[in-house]
Amino acid sequence: MPVEFTPRDYSLVGRDTKLAEERGLASAEWYACPISRQRLKELMQRRDGPALRDTIIWFALLIGSGVLGFLTWGTWWAVPCFLVYGVIYGSTSDSRWHESLHRTAFKTTWMNDALYELASFMVFRESVSWRWSHTRHHTDTIIVGRDPEIAVPRPPNLRTIVLAFFGLKSAPKEFPRMLRHAFLGRLDPGEATFIPKEEQPKVFRNARIYVAIYAAVLGLAIYSGSVLPLMCIGLPTFYGSWLMVVYGLTQHAGLAEDVLDHRLNCRTVYMNRIHRYLYWEMNYHVEHHMFPMVPYHALGKLHQEIKSDMPKPYSSIWNAYCEIVPALLKQHKDPTFFVKRELPQHVKPVPALEPA
Amino acid sequence: MNENWIEACAADAVAPEDVIRFDHGDRTFCIYRTTADKYYATDGHCTHAKVHLAGGFVMEHIIECPKHNGRFDFTTGQAKGAPACVDLKTYPVKVEAGKVFLDLG
Repeated sequence: MPVEFTPRDYSLVGRDTKLAEERGLASAEWYACPISRQRLKELMQRRDGPALRDTIIWFALLIGSGVLGFLTWGTWWAVPCFLVYGVIYGSTSDSRWHESLHRTAFKTTWMNDALYELASFMVFRESVSWRWSHTRHHTDTIIVGRDPEIAVPRPPNLRTIVLAFFGLKSAPKEFPRMLRHAFLGRLDPGEATFIPKEEQPKVFRNARIYVAIYAAVLGLAIYSGSVLPLMCIGLPTFYGSWLMVVYGLTQHAGLAEDVLDHRLNCRTVYMNRIHRYLYWEMNYHVEHHMFPMVPYHALGKLHQEIKSDMPKPYSSIWNAYCEIVPALLKQHKDPTFFVKRELPQHVKPVPALEPA
Repeated sequence: MNENWIEACAADAVAPEDVIRFDHGDRTFCIYRTTADKYYATDGHCTHAKVHLAGGFVMEHIIECPKHNGRFDFTTGQAKGAPACVDLKTYPVKVEAGKVFLDLG
C-alpha cells in the first residue's frame, strides 16, 4: 500500500519547526570542506578595490540607462533603456544586497552598510528584517520550519514560480508586510522568531521611510500625469526582477531539504564573466554557504581549493536548468522527489540523517 | 579581587592577526594576537549563535564570526552591529616566559 505524503509545514512556528528541533537540525553544525587555515585566511582578506570598481560600473549602468530612458521617454528607444535599467535596478541589486549584508563586499564597513541600505530599498526588502532573515537562512539552510528563505517549497507551485519572474511572488507578500510594519508596528509570528526585540523598532522605522518614499514617487507620478517616476522607482521590481529569479533558482531549487551539508542543498554553477559580474559571483553558492567570510571576488579561488571534495559543478545556467525544470515538474507530482547530488566517491555527506 | 591565572598556550601558537581556541574544563575561549604582538582573550562562542569564533577572521582588532559575519572588538568585547548585538566577555591576559596566561577570575 503506498505511503501517503504528509505536506511539509514551511512556516517558522509550525509542526516542522518542532520536528527540526527534535531532529537536531536547528542551529546545527554543518560540514565544511577541508582547507588550511593559512589559505582560508588569504582568501578571507577584505579589499575595497574590486567592489569600488564594480560599484562604479554598476552606478554608471544604472544612471546611464535611467538618464537615456528619461531622455527618450515617449519613443521606442526608451524600451531598451528601461530594459537595462530595470534589470540593473530590480535584479542585480539582489547580489549587491547579499554581499553587502555579509559585509564582505568592501573592507570598509560604512561602504558595505551604505550599499546594503541602498540595495535593500532597490530590491524591495526592508533592510533590518531581511538581515535577520538571511542570518537565519545561513543558520538553517533549507531546513523546513526554520529557514524563512526557501524559495521553492514542495510541492512547487508552478504558477507562483512563473509569477516570480515578474515580481508578482515577492512584492504581494512584501508590500503588506511593509505596511503592517509601518502602520501597525507589528511583526508576524514567523518574523518574531528571528528578529530580536531590540532590533524591531528599526524595522518599523525603516518600513515607514520606504512607504514614505513610495508614496512620494506615486504622488509625483499622479501630479505629473506620467508613469515615468514609477518606471524609475517602484516598477523595476516587476519589470526588471526576472534575471534575479533566473539566478536565484539555481541556488537551491529541487535539491535536498533537511541536510547539514551545503554540497547537497546548494549549487555551484559555472557562469561567464558578464553573469558573474551581474550576480557578483554568487554562482559559487556552495562555497559561499560553507565559508561566508570569503568575499565574492575570492570565491572562484576558494572553489579551486575545495572542488575535489565537492559534487561536480554545473557547466552553465542552461545545464543547471536542464536539471531544475524536470525536477520541479516531478516534485509537482511527487513532493518527496529531490535531486541527490553525487559527492566524489571518497567522501560522504556529514552527518547522514534518516529522512523525515 | 581574585586572580586565577591559567596557562593557555605558547605565545607563538597564535599567528599574528589570528585567533586560536582554548578549552578549559567545560569552558571555551578565544585567544587573539594582534600584528603588534598584543594578546587578548574572550569567550569562545559568538553571543548571537553558538558558533565558535576561533574559526573566524581577524581584521586588526575585530573578530568576525565564521557563520553569520557578526563582528566584535576583541580588545573590549564590544559587539559591532547586527547580528552581533550582545557584547563578548573578555579576560585579562599576560605573556610570561613565552607562554600566554588567562585570568579567569
